[in-house]
Amino acid sequence: MSWMAWTLPTAIFFAVIAALLVIFTIITLRHPETPRVGILRIETTRGDRLFMTLLGSAFINLAWLGLIGAHQPYALIVCLIYAAAVFRWV
Amino acid sequence: MEKTLNQKAWLLVLPVLVLVSFSAVIPLMTVVNYAIQDAFAGEFYPLENKFEWFSMLLESERMWSALGRQAAFSAIILAIEVPLGIIVALNMPKRGAWASFCLVVMSLPLLIPWNVVGTIWQIFGRVDIGLLGYVLDSLNIPYNYTQDFLSAWGTVIVMDVWHWTSLVALLAYAGLQSIPDAYYQAAKIDQASRWKVFRYIELPKMSGVLTIAILLRFMDSFKIYTEPFVLTGGGPGNATTFLSIDLVKMALGQFDLGPAAAFSIMYFLVILLISWVFYTVMTNLDKKDGV
Repeated sequence: MSWMAWTLPTAIFFAVIAALLVIFTIITLRHPETPRVGILRIETTRGDRLFMTLLGSAFINLAWLGLIGAHQPYALIVCLIYAAAVFRWV
Repeated sequence: MEKTLNQKAWLLVLPVLVLVSFSAVIPLMTVVNYAIQDAFAGEFYPLENKFEWFSMLLESERMWSALGRQAAFSAIILAIEVPLGIIVALNMPKRGAWASFCLVVMSLPLLIPWNVVGTIWQIFGRVDIGLLGYVLDSLNIPYNYTQDFLSAWGTVIVMDVWHWTSLVALLAYAGLQSIPDAYYQAAKIDQASRWKVFRYIELPKMSGVLTIAILLRFMDSFKIYTEPFVLTGGGPGNATTFLSIDLVKMALGQFDLGPAAAFSIMYFLVILLISWVFYTVMTNLDKKDGV
C-alpha cells in the first residue's frame, strides 16, 4: 500500500465518501422511493442528489480556494447549505 | 404469479467491480493522495499547505490558457462539424446503391486510429513532400504548421473536422431516415418552402440524435490528445497545447507528480460534470420519447 502514498486527510476523505454511499444504500433499502422532478425539471433520486451535492461541493471548494484562498474549512459550510438546497429543491 | 425476490444476480457484477477498482478507483485514489504531497526521488513529503498545488494551478497562467485553448478548440470544431454534418446528411441519397456507397465512404475516417490520423495530416501538410503543404506553398500562401500559429490551428481544426464530421453526418442521417413520408407530403400540400421543411420537420425530428452528436463531439474534443500531439506536439510554442497535452508535459516531461495530480483531479471534475450533463440529458430524452 505504500506506493499509494496514503495520508490521513485523504483516508478520512475517502472514508466519508464510502460511509455516505453505505448510508444511502441502507436508506434506499429500508425506505424505497419514487424519483421526483424538482426545479431542474429532471427526475432525481436520493442517489442523484447525493452525486450532485458531492460534485458541486468539489467545485465550491475549488472556487473558494481560487477566489478567497484562505480559511478553506469554511467552504464546507457553503457546501452544507448547497447540499440542503439540492436535497430540498432539486 | 408473484415474483420471488432474488439478489444473487449482484454476484455477477463482482468481476466488473474488481476490474474497475483496479483500473480506475485505486489509481484515482492514488492521484488524490499525490495531489496533497510533494514527490521527490520516489519519496512523498507532506505539504505545509495541503492545497498548495491546487492554489498554484488556479493562479497559474499556464493552466487557464490551456483551458482557454481547449474551450476555443471545442467551440470551433462544434460550430463547423454540426452544421456541416447536417448539410452532408441532407444531401446524401435516401436509398439505393449510392446511399450504401456514401455510408461506407463516410465511415472510413471514423475507422482510422487517432495517431494514424495525426501522421496522415503531418505528412499531408508538409511543404516539401505533402500535397496540401506543397500546393499552398506553390500558390505563395504562407503555410507552415510547425512555425506559424494560424497554420497550426487551421491544420488541427481541419484534421478534426475531416476525422469527425462523418459521425455527426451519420447520426443526422439516421435521424432523417426515421421521418415518415407523410410529413413531407403534408408539407408539400401546404406548399412549405425548403427552409420551412427543414426548420419545422427535419430539425425537430433530428434534435434527439443531434444532442447526442453534440455532446459526444464535445466530450471527445475536450479530451483530445493524440492527433495534435502527433501533428504539432503542442507547438508552435504553446499554441496547440490543449489540456491533456499540458497535463502529460507536467506529469511525464517535468515529473511534477503533485501538481500534475492536482491538475488531473480538476480536469477529471470538469469531465465528470460534462458526463453527468450528457447522461442526464440523454436519459431524460429517452423518457420523453418513451411517453
